[in-house]
Amino acid sequence: MAERLSLPELPYDYGALEPAISGEIMLLHHQKHHKTYVTNFNNALQQLEDAVSKSDASAIVQLQSALKFNGGGHINHSIFWKNLAPVSQGGGEPPKGSLGNEIEKEFGSLEALVHKMNSEGAALQGSGWVWLALDKEFKRLLVETTFNQDPLVTKGSSLVPLLGIDVWEHAYYLQYKNAKADYLANIWKVMNWNYASEVYEKECP
Amino acid sequence: MNLLSCSSNHCPLSSKVLASTSPPSKILKSSVRVRNLGWGERRDNMRNNRRVSKVVAYYGLKSPPYRLDALEPYMSQRTLEVHWGAHHRGYVEALNKQLAKNDILYGCTMDELIRVTYNNGNPLPEFNNAAQVWNHDFFWESMQPGGGEMPTLGILQQIEKDFASFANFKEKFIEAALTSFGSGWVWLVLKREKKCLAIVKTSNAVNPLVWNDIPIISLDLWEHAYYLDYKNDRAKYVNTFMNHLVSWNAAAARMARAQAFVNLGEPKIPVA
Repeated sequence: MAERLSLPELPYDYGALEPAISGEIMLLHHQKHHKTYVTNFNNALQQLEDAVSKSDASAIVQLQSALKFNGGGHINHSIFWKNLAPVSQGGGEPPKGSLGNEIEKEFGSLEALVHKMNSEGAALQGSGWVWLALDKEFKRLLVETTFNQDPLVTKGSSLVPLLGIDVWEHAYYLQYKNAKADYLANIWKVMNWNYASEVYEKECP
Repeated sequence: MNLLSCSSNHCPLSSKVLASTSPPSKILKSSVRVRNLGWGERRDNMRNNRRVSKVVAYYGLKSPPYRLDALEPYMSQRTLEVHWGAHHRGYVEALNKQLAKNDILYGCTMDELIRVTYNNGNPLPEFNNAAQVWNHDFFWESMQPGGGEMPTLGILQQIEKDFASFANFKEKFIEAALTSFGSGWVWLVLKREKKCLAIVKTSNAVNPLVWNDIPIISLDLWEHAYYLDYKNDRAKYVNTFMNHLVSWNAAAARMARAQAFVNLGEPKIPVA
């Protein structure tokens, strides 16, 4: 039997990212939304195992969208909690080292990268994510977007997520209402560049 | 616009304004000559588009057919204020900005605009705004204070014909809403080709007009529609919509209109 997913713990308190992201949002986002993805994925996985044991091709195929959506939701949010950090733990501090250099090289400056990601996030219609991605094959950085809960790999199998920003409305609505641009501007204050640097240095030593 | 600066020389008021407002010591030397233009001159002006003010009209934000607090406690006034006042208004303003730059699209009716910009599934940038303006107009009108309960008469008959029972329809509609991923809408539509009612899910701004079907009822499943009132509890929102908000009056009116375009069956001709 395949191992069931479980909800990862948040590496900080729910209120630790204030005022950029409210404690109320973090609580709901983690304990309701993320938890629901985990639960529904596990249910779909159970149904998949049943279908596989009966060789029920039709059921196997029908379960794909639920697996993709809920599995993607779990993958994306697990990364998201790690790529945010309270200011006291280094949130918002700009990247140093090789990642910082690479950003300057690829985008000109950190501001340019932030501007690009914010524009893409603002322009995204509906629900989705904005990513700072590393193409590990070509060792290049790029900005990508995915819809709904599609993980970054759906845009390219060699893409590794360094930072993700959730632009589903549930990620900001209670605090920012329809002012998505304000949410995007503020989230950089709690961005955990340490995590991004770690992932980058692992892939590009 | 300051009339004194009006450069049009058949602006009838300008000389009057000059005469009445300028103090004696400041009578303007360059007088604005006002004279009646002859027919030929007016025709030439029109042809050359000279000094004829162009009349333009853009979309406006239509109010819901009830006060913003009328749907309480099922949909709060706060939600209406933000959803209608900010989101819906935002779509209208964004659309108008886009239309100002595109004469061809400017000339389309709303229905045409939606179909054309949908571009058979490869939507143009204007599609999102145009469709969302229409979608939200339609959504406000799909609800009413004291809504919910059961439809009656013709629309009930058609639902029973196409879904076996109203209870079954309601179950299927709610199920569709709860199995919808991401942002989108759920619709009760009248399918033109199949001549029957059906439940349809669409994502983001897509609506059944693009398939030439006739929408009867819609439910907004974008999170902004319910997050302030229900947070993540979409199920509660959907059930509340069905029980307390949906306007079967609006549905009946739309159905009646739809029957002008879709023949739903033989008329009942009395025998004697």
